Amino acid sequence: MSIMQYNGGSVIAMVGKDCVAIASDLRLGNQSLGISSNFEKIFAMTERTYVGLPGLATDVTTLHEQLRYRLNMYTIKEERTMEPETFIHLVSSTLYEKRWGPYFIEPVLAGMQKTPSGAFRPFVASTDLIGCINFAKDFVVAGTASEKLFGVAEGLWEPDLEPEDLFETISQTLLNAVDRDAYSGWGAVVHVITKDKVVKRTLKGRMD
Amino acid sequence: MATASAYRSPGFDFSNEIRNNFLSERGVPLPKATSTGTTIVGCLFKDGIVLGADTRATEGPIVADKNCEKIHFITDSIRCCGAGTAADTEFTTAMISSNMELHALSTGRKPRVVTAMTMLKQYLFRHQGQVGAALVLGGVDATGPHLFTIHPHGSTDKLPYVTMGSGSLAAMAVFEAGWRPNMERAEALDLVTTAVSAGIFNDLGSGSNVDACVITASHTEMLRNYVKPNERVQKERSYGFRRGTTAWKSESIRQMVVEEDITFIAPEAMDTS
Repeated sequence: MSIMQYNGGSVIAMVGKDCVAIASDLRLGNQSLGISSNFEKIFAMTERTYVGLPGLATDVTTLHEQLRYRLNMYTIKEERTMEPETFIHLVSSTLYEKRWGPYFIEPVLAGMQKTPSGAFRPFVASTDLIGCINFAKDFVVAGTASEKLFGVAEGLWEPDLEPEDLFETISQTLLNAVDRDAYSGWGAVVHVITKDKVVKRTLKGRMD
Repeated sequence: MATASAYRSPGFDFSNEIRNNFLSERGVPLPKATSTGTTIVGCLFKDGIVLGADTRATEGPIVADKNCEKIHFITDSIRCCGAGTAADTEFTTAMISSNMELHALSTGRKPRVVTAMTMLKQYLFRHQGQVGAALVLGGVDATGPHLFTIHPHGSTDKLPYVTMGSGSLAAMAVFEAGWRPNMERAEALDLVTTAVSAGIFNDLGSGSNVDACVITASHTEMLRNYVKPNERVQKERSYGFRRGTTAWKSESIRQMVVEEDITFIAPEAMDTS
């Protein structure tokens, strides 16, 4: 079994109309044994940038701290917040630095990118465990249920969903995909990010 | 570990090596990185070089990215197509691109294609094939147009038409049948499109769209998604859910102030009494 399956967990991010959503399950396991049902893998890095870190749980914590540190150093030095597109490059170079001894994490990012005019544009991206960025226009997935998530999302996602509709689509995609994955599940959490607010909801999911 | 400074030393960090080697000794296989199955091609024509690439990135049997970019920027008149481990092609070409710019600045001349080729092959040879980048490098410089292939171990070829990646056999068959010396721009672009299309349709590791890049002495034209033979058709019906479908347990809202009204108060006259 791969080390990526050791603790389980999955993350998905989707683009909507002037909004993005990122969702994950809440399981932390030790192979098939469930340990926790409130292990959050999605972290708010800036006000409008959220990153999901599915993979080996020890690296979830380490990489989150590492990214937080580097983000803070940037914020202090540049005296401005980091935009999502910049942040995914920070993630990418942080992971590629460890090309020969990687963190076992496949990050997923969702955020609202500030445009030169001052408006906000939805942005999602993901990387593999050594930092190859995937800029997608629709959705990105990662984790133990990624194959199922790809399939369900490909079928359910449609362009220009309003925040409330995007919440339903991403929730149903995640819930139905993780139900067919033994290593993901045990509850879920969804963040819907718009320009002026972030709505976080915990979902009712199967507990088996 | 992170140093106390914001400035980090360049190069690779091996701090996870011991842990990861321990895991692989215990029989835990290392996970797969994204690779670009790929069809990448390049061909010489009358006025310069045409490069071509498909746009599929794979993770084992899964299509990870349906429209990725495989033609990387090196300098204004040099581009590089990458196949193999996606992160390696991305970071290797980005690093060589920076070094080429620095080289151009320090010599005060437009850099040559052989320079990029030498930098790439020396870097790849130094890593003994562990950096999994298979490249097609093309460009025009003071000495004319040049086209190279660079293998992950550092060997290079200089040929008038080249292909690389898992779709290289399909693409090379097209070149062998159709390439002639001194072709016109349109003919060369057509041939490259046909060659990449052969890879897209006959090789499982390649797919989606054709990217092309035409480089001549005076101008470089990047044709992103030049042909899109695999466009997704509009879905027959909507698969949206009725609002309220998903049961949720708790909600927390983080409100952010985006706009604020600023009321200007009429300035009072200065008190001069």
